[in-house]
Amino acid sequence: MQSTSHEFIRNAARALTDAQLQKALGKVPGGFIQRRAEARARLPEFEALRDVARTIKNHTLAHLDLYLEAYEAKVIAAGGHVHYARTPADARAIIEDICRAADAKLVTKGKSMVSEEIGLNPHLEAVGLEVVETDLGEYIIQLRHETPSHIIAPAIHLNKDQVEADFRRVHTGLPPGRKLDEPEELVAEARQILRAKFQAADVGITGANFLIAETGSSIIVTNEGNGDLTQTLPKVHIVLATIEKLVPTLEDVATLLRLLARSATGQEISTYTTFSTGPRRPEDPDGPAAYHVVLLDNGRSELLGTDFAEVLRCIRCGACMNHCPVYHAVGGHAYGWVYPGPIGAVLTPSLIGIGKSAALPNASTFCGRCEAVCPMKIPLPGLMRKWREQDFDAGGAPIGYRLALKAWAFAARNPALYHLGARLAVGALKLLAGGKSTLTWLPLGGGWTRHRDFAAPQGKTFQQQWADHAERGET
Amino acid sequence: MASPSTARPRVGLFVTCLVDLLRPSVGFAAVKLLEQAGCRVEVPRGQTCCGQPAYNSGDKTDAALIARQTIAAFEPYDYVVAPSGSCAGMLKAHYPDLLRHDPEWAARAGSFAERVHELISFLTDVRGLAKVAATCQRTATYHDSCSGLRELGIKDQPRRLLASVAGLELREMTDCEVCCGFGGTFSIKYPDISNAMVEKKTFNVSVCGAQMLLAGDLGCLMNMAGKLSREGKSVEVRHIAEVLAGDTSAPPICG
Repeated sequence: MQSTSHEFIRNAARALTDAQLQKALGKVPGGFIQRRAEARARLPEFEALRDVARTIKNHTLAHLDLYLEAYEAKVIAAGGHVHYARTPADARAIIEDICRAADAKLVTKGKSMVSEEIGLNPHLEAVGLEVVETDLGEYIIQLRHETPSHIIAPAIHLNKDQVEADFRRVHTGLPPGRKLDEPEELVAEARQILRAKFQAADVGITGANFLIAETGSSIIVTNEGNGDLTQTLPKVHIVLATIEKLVPTLEDVATLLRLLARSATGQEISTYTTFSTGPRRPEDPDGPAAYHVVLLDNGRSELLGTDFAEVLRCIRCGACMNHCPVYHAVGGHAYGWVYPGPIGAVLTPSLIGIGKSAALPNASTFCGRCEAVCPMKIPLPGLMRKWREQDFDAGGAPIGYRLALKAWAFAARNPALYHLGARLAVGALKLLAGGKSTLTWLPLGGGWTRHRDFAAPQGKTFQQQWADHAERGET
Repeated sequence: MASPSTARPRVGLFVTCLVDLLRPSVGFAAVKLLEQAGCRVEVPRGQTCCGQPAYNSGDKTDAALIARQTIAAFEPYDYVVAPSGSCAGMLKAHYPDLLRHDPEWAARAGSFAERVHELISFLTDVRGLAKVAATCQRTATYHDSCSGLRELGIKDQPRRLLASVAGLELREMTDCEVCCGFGGTFSIKYPDISNAMVEKKTFNVSVCGAQMLLAGDLGCLMNMAGKLSREGKSVEVRHIAEVLAGDTSAPPICG
């Protein structure tokens, strides 16, 4: 996927003046935050589970090579195939080859952010395949030729009247008077179209929430049932997943599942949690004839052993973006690449380079809400700061900002100079205020005063006044 | 270093750069509260800023130099107290991290961090203050600043003390724990996003109908007061220390 992360400020400015988007974003905090809080409150051991979950993932990542080998052996033993893809191009080529070998014409897809990461749909379409997204949100944005703006709610940037208009535009031949102004009616309409696609599909592609080394199983967690139809009806099932999705045992997955849905949607467990182990066995009533797993690295193995390895614990619940005031303000598309919100601000530089995405880890107030709700205890603000350090060391910050910061830091390291500078600054600000309590314009602070007034100083600095008191013997 | 158990512990006030520059009345309110809580207060001249502008901009080198200077300046004191959750969080939570690979300074940063407290939580949790002798005939709402809330666990302490202020009615606003959009240099580097965030905050302040907006961090207060002033809303914005110290003689922020 092409990135516009380097244009974050422009993307954000556009988002802030997009009335439809702002209306849609207004709904984000209420639902997700309230429901997660209630689910957490109903589970007394929630906090303890976070520690257990972190330990499980840290252990897995520390021994990822061993678990990958064990997992591969189990998949093969179950009759499946494992393909390793170092780059997105490798993954696309592997999937294309599997589709060609199956003589496929129609591919159905369950929701997969990794498929966005490798730009799978445009590639398969370019080689002549019809690709149909079957998650309702994904289906909607496919109609609009958009990308997901949220990792679990891909069409959250849209309002239902926009979706209705898209359905009427694309689903030609709707009977006159067909009502489509309620979510249930939109779901029924999509279901009718998708039902035929599920039955006709030659290949079904899903992601995986977890891969289990102990059993060679892949797991998807969904609420619509589309994932199950995608992976059981066609003759070929391809699982596209990244290497850090691995978990040692079924027991471990049970622990992580207790956190996932609660953190994501506030459900105890999602409507469907589906385990797939190899292709259909003779005694199975249904299932694919062939089962392939494409394991993508795309830079993740290089994070192992670094400060940024912690980001590989992510289970993609979306709680960080659901609670992020910056995400609430600008939405997911402004982040410019696959993963938005706080996790995107840490993951994007890890995967496409800090040079192309420095604005993302910088665009945070470090309010810490993301870290507070992350079920895997990923220190997201701390990792954003580490990216800022790398960006600063590489000379990434604008030169004017760097010079101002260095000048300020020089003074801050010399208290006498600093206190003199503070006195001069207060004098200058008082002069600018001209006796008023606020300034409406501030030198070098145009960004502040464009939207806000700036409080004029009360008078002398505290240090000056304190020294004056001391001289008069008042303290 | 004297034992903190002495009847009148020696407190070094970390003024914070914003209080020093813009609102010394908060510093004097802090001194008054600390003295009422039985402390001897001094203001070391060797302090400047906590270093967050450098630290949060990725300039670790300058941040570490400022950290060492601050630690050295406050070594003689039983406690280091700041009228800011953000600056206290930097001193307490981040200095040890910043200096953890420095063999000499790692230990000094650790012992320093143990003595650092945010003002209000110091009064309640360390000095055992349960009430203040102040009067304020207002309805007030309290904004939980992010660092104080999430790095230092400050939530009930300010509310407990506000409940003891005669005449003051505390009225909670929606989303009092959500960031106001200040974020230090964030407000200058991403002014439009910062504005979108503070607009939501001032909306919630207005809806709750309080006459007064309080918080424990001057950065957040300047941001919210600046927006309220631009919007022409007459809410009295103050640092909580001024109200608890019973001294609201200085005009409110942007007022």
